[in-house]
Amino acid sequence: MAKRQKVLVLYLKFPSLEAEVISWATFDGTGKKLHMTGDSDEPPYPTGLDALLDGWRLFQSSQAIPEYPGQEFRTSYLKHEFFFEKLEEGDF
Amino acid sequence: MPKLLTTEQMAEFASSGCLFFEELIDEQTNKEFLDDIGHTSVENVESVQTYFDNIKSTSSIPRIPAGTPLKDSYPKNSPLEKILKNEVVDGAIKSLVGSNPLVDHQALHLTFPTKYFKGANQRQMSQQNHQDSTIDPRSTFDIQVFYFPTEVTKEMGGTRYHPGTHLRVVNEFGIAKYQNIKGQKSIVCKPGTVGIFHNGLWHGAGVNFSEEIRYMFKVRLQPTEKQELLWDPEKKYKPLPNRALYWSDEVKEVTINDILMKSYPWQEADTNRLDKINVVKFWRLLTGHKKMDVDYWLTRIENELY
Ligand SMILES: [Fe+2]
Repeated sequence: MAKRQKVLVLYLKFPSLEAEVISWATFDGTGKKLHMTGDSDEPPYPTGLDALLDGWRLFQSSQAIPEYPGQEFRTSYLKHEFFFEKLEEGDF
Repeated sequence: MPKLLTTEQMAEFASSGCLFFEELIDEQTNKEFLDDIGHTSVENVESVQTYFDNIKSTSSIPRIPAGTPLKDSYPKNSPLEKILKNEVVDGAIKSLVGSNPLVDHQALHLTFPTKYFKGANQRQMSQQNHQDSTIDPRSTFDIQVFYFPTEVTKEMGGTRYHPGTHLRVVNEFGIAKYQNIKGQKSIVCKPGTVGIFHNGLWHGAGVNFSEEIRYMFKVRLQPTEKQELLWDPEKKYKPLPNRALYWSDEVKEVTINDILMKSYPWQEADTNRLDKINVVKFWRLLTGHKKMDVDYWLTRIENELY
């Protein structure tokens, strides 16, 4: 039996797993499903906590970086990023 | 006579970064455009490359050196000249980028159905989200005019876009990892629809699961003058007076300020406030009212006494 990684990335409304999901991405290393941009209009979980409750393991989250002086009002990338994984066993 | 945009439409553009004109171009002109590019039924299209090469060699769409004035770009009475001279399109262009815009580039986007990917043994994927060109921190903005000569159904994918993202400064495909964003929309439309995007609007091409080829023609226009009150040459616009915040009475009427202060479902709770501040800053540039404000967002932090 081999192991494959599934990755779920959630962007939340504020930097706490309790917060609502505003953007999401899934990459399925088992090859069972090909996810792509624009493939779902509803998030897989309402909040980050709901992903944990469903067995996803958090392995990275974005840091709080103070705004650069003079650039406080510059808006850019989505801020509150959380990477989760699930390992799946099977014959791949 | 060009139909200039209304202040409401300008506010909508300032807030969302896009405007749409459904079924604007008449059937005859859509047909002329499709005939000109040699549109044919999908059975006759052998491969992506031959179809594209054929369009390039036979259509009247000129090669336009970057920076050519729009008025010198398209042959008289050609379908594209008619489309861009349509009073609504012309008015919107004049309102946003003025009377003498330059053509940055044009492109005909074709999105092919599944069978062409199967034939070529390729994975059929949608295009990832991106902001066009490159990182662009200017206050000046360009517009991208999109023209859809045929119907675009939901199955055909459509151009995906994210209203309200145009003032977020990112570096092109640096946003590609956001597979799905709350509030995402796709341009599903009737033939002859025209859309106009602020150059900063996040977008990507949807995947085409229909049997038909999807067409979209785009031209990017650059202004040569300050984009101030171009839609309001008599300078009638006056900012609204301040209103009470939080402890206020319910008002039913939707004002320009309500359009400007619209929130979008993808915005973070904290950054959403900065997004609003950036819309107010954008509106100051568009109206020339350098001190105007909405809901005290800028007045509050500009009250620096030291
Ligand atoms: Fe693009």
